[in-house]
Amino acid sequence: MAAAGTTFLDATELVLNMGPQHPSTHGVLRVILKLDGERILGTECVIGYLHRGVEKIAENRTYQMFAPYVDRMDYIAAVSNGLGYCLAVEKLMSIEAPPRARVARVILCELNRIASHLFWLGTHALDIGAITPLFYTLREREEVLKIFENYCGARLTTHAFRIGGLQYELQDGFEREVTAFCDAVLPKIDEYEELLSGNRIWVQRLTGVGILNADDCKQYGVTGPVLRAAGVQWDIRKALPYSGYEKYEFDIPIAHNADTYDRYAVRMAEMRQSVRILRQAVDGIPTGPIMAKVPKVVKPPVGEAYVSIEAPKGELGYFLVSDGSTQPYRLRVRPPSLINLQALDRMCRGALIADVVAIIGTIDIVLGEVDR
Amino acid sequence: MLAFLRTILLLDLIQGLWVTFRNQHPKNIYTEQYPAERPKVAERYRGAPRLNINSENGQTLCIACDLCAVACPENLIVVGSERNPETRRKELTTFIYDTSRCMFCGLCEDACPVDALELTQDFELATYTRAGMIWDRQMLEEGPKPKRYNF
Repeated sequence: MAAAGTTFLDATELVLNMGPQHPSTHGVLRVILKLDGERILGTECVIGYLHRGVEKIAENRTYQMFAPYVDRMDYIAAVSNGLGYCLAVEKLMSIEAPPRARVARVILCELNRIASHLFWLGTHALDIGAITPLFYTLREREEVLKIFENYCGARLTTHAFRIGGLQYELQDGFEREVTAFCDAVLPKIDEYEELLSGNRIWVQRLTGVGILNADDCKQYGVTGPVLRAAGVQWDIRKALPYSGYEKYEFDIPIAHNADTYDRYAVRMAEMRQSVRILRQAVDGIPTGPIMAKVPKVVKPPVGEAYVSIEAPKGELGYFLVSDGSTQPYRLRVRPPSLINLQALDRMCRGALIADVVAIIGTIDIVLGEVDR
Repeated sequence: MLAFLRTILLLDLIQGLWVTFRNQHPKNIYTEQYPAERPKVAERYRGAPRLNINSENGQTLCIACDLCAVACPENLIVVGSERNPETRRKELTTFIYDTSRCMFCGLCEDACPVDALELTQDFELATYTRAGMIWDRQMLEEGPKPKRYNF
């Protein structure tokens, strides 16, 4: 007796398109999912919807002119992008920012790291279904943005640093503002943990989801909190200190389960470490000039330089090639979001469809940086 | 047993609800009632461009040196000038600033040697037409005049 001649009940693979207008893909990311029921068999990312050709723009701008454009890549952490670019040009020209500028850069970058992680926490929780943390985290992020606004006049695309130092002198009461923020944010972080860490829905949605172990991380080149959640103690601030990070005492928070919950725990711990760095840095802001001696026309000698810094999302690298003119011959950005996103397929396989949202959230991507 | 009781009594969820409840107090309201109350932006805020004039004689401060146009990454400033045959100095005739392409990076402001071009604290730049975003010298000197509604 032959089997029933219908394929109606046979398991068939279903291809489902997610994005680019999906609210939980954090921008214009399109993910093509291959499904067997609720299970993910494979994913494919389609990127490029936000491509602006930033690297090509760099070839048509002078070194100073290009500085505002880097803020548009990772707009959640614009200050870190600016630091990476300025350090790359400074390395190319063999100049170093004065001590006061270096400390101010560290302060602004750590503030930016907290702001970025706060924004990540809010949107990640929103993806999972907890709407409340978004309001609380944005409230605290607002304080950071106010410090940025008071310092350099812009909240998001700050353009805070210039090649060779800072453009603006630290405003009166800068130390007070930063200290007040540090005092205010620590109890708030405890509050988020109170809200989320023990919450059974949060724990069950995150534990064991999107596991990416240390070997896979290294193979994909994944950096940042995703790598540290896999138990690898790798932080550019410790490994290759820049801008005077070697002077500050802080720990690299790590976790061992390499799942989404651990990445959450690592980022929460990182915010506390950032507050620690901020307190040390604010205590001893040296006096002196804020700008090194930089010629009006920046004309680096022929050569190339690569600088990587620890951006909130991972290792952010700038590779600059100079042909001796006022414009870069080539600029290559190593964006952490793009590289980390490549591991999405590995993390999603075998997961449920609802976990894809959690996994995209946990990688912490910004599409402006993925597409550039 | 204790863990069982915690689960049954939903302690973890009540803990989260308690956090939410603590934040209910009316003094914790952070929302700005934007059109009714306008935010006070920082002193260094980079908003609408302005071409400063000397308040004593109404003359422009701009010396038509073209440095802002050179510094601009988007090439959106056009400075028109002509040489005065008597004083042999360049005098400003036209100044065009395309705010639709401006990213308010502040490089033109930094480049100005006489503090004539300045990014001000005005942030309401919306217009109904594209042409309205291209500001001429008169608009730059007077500044934007956003319509105020009474709510």
